[in-house]
Amino acid sequence: MVPARSCETCAVVVASVPVEAAPQEQVEEVVETQRPWITIVWNDPINLMSYVTYVFMTYFRYSREKAEKLMSDVHHEGRAVVSSGTREEMERDVGAMHSYGLWATMQRDD
Amino acid sequence: MTYGFQRTATGRIVLRVDQVERGLLASVARQVIDLVKPPEPDPEQDPLAAQLGWIDGDVGISDDPAVARLLPDAYDDPDDARDFRRFTEHDLRQSKVQHATTVLEEIERSGEKISVASPDSWLQTLNDARIAIGTRIQISEDNHEELSNLSEEDPRAGLFHVYDWLTFLQESLVRCLDPTLYGFTVDDAPVVDDD
Repeated sequence: MVPARSCETCAVVVASVPVEAAPQEQVEEVVETQRPWITIVWNDPINLMSYVTYVFMTYFRYSREKAEKLMSDVHHEGRAVVSSGTREEMERDVGAMHSYGLWATMQRDD
Repeated sequence: MTYGFQRTATGRIVLRVDQVERGLLASVARQVIDLVKPPEPDPEQDPLAAQLGWIDGDVGISDDPAVARLLPDAYDDPDDARDFRRFTEHDLRQSKVQHATTVLEEIERSGEKISVASPDSWLQTLNDARIAIGTRIQISEDNHEELSNLSEEDPRAGLFHVYDWLTFLQESLVRCLDPTLYGFTVDDAPVVDDD
């Protein structure tokens, strides 16, 4: 990172050189790329509660308690965050949910 | 009384059906295949892309509501959704076709007692069929009773009966695969003889 120049004779040159991001902006950039992605499963009128629980236990290897809690959230709240991680990991999870016939999407964790 | 899918004494999963039910299951599996199979490859398409299953040109969620529900958007953002679909839809379609084909094969090599070698294929195909039919008859959380009381002239009536039956079958299969689901163990469940 280049320190700010205060030399008057170089002022014009310095002004025309692209300014590197200030430290605060650089930190925000790093945090942005590390902000996890999440997979959401949405409620629908067709999928069986027992089947959804089974998928959560089998694919994610969640305990029955956790799988049932997530299924219940899908059913009563309309949606549940079922996993989080990198974008690539979530694309894999969403694809798996679709292959099981669940309605799932992914987004950045806000 | 029919129990749907059952465990035998040696732990196999079997499904007892009569001729009509057997034909109906085969028909359902075939319809899933016809619904989701990938479209014919474009001869103009880049051969490498074709081999990898990437879709050239226009790609988007299906106009058919049943197919749209089976192959939904993965992102809210339309550009992200399109990119994801371009690279993954073909494989997802193939996977569903493969499961339904496995089901067909297991039906065709069985008699009245279908021996289930690939329970996951049955589970996913039954679910895909229910999604397709349920979408077509516009099933919701609270219209089951209305649909079950439709007159026989209504085309949705027959579809609902099939949907209802497939639901029962899928539920019984989940119970076979996860016997503690309803609080009883596999020892309590009615078992069928091996032969």
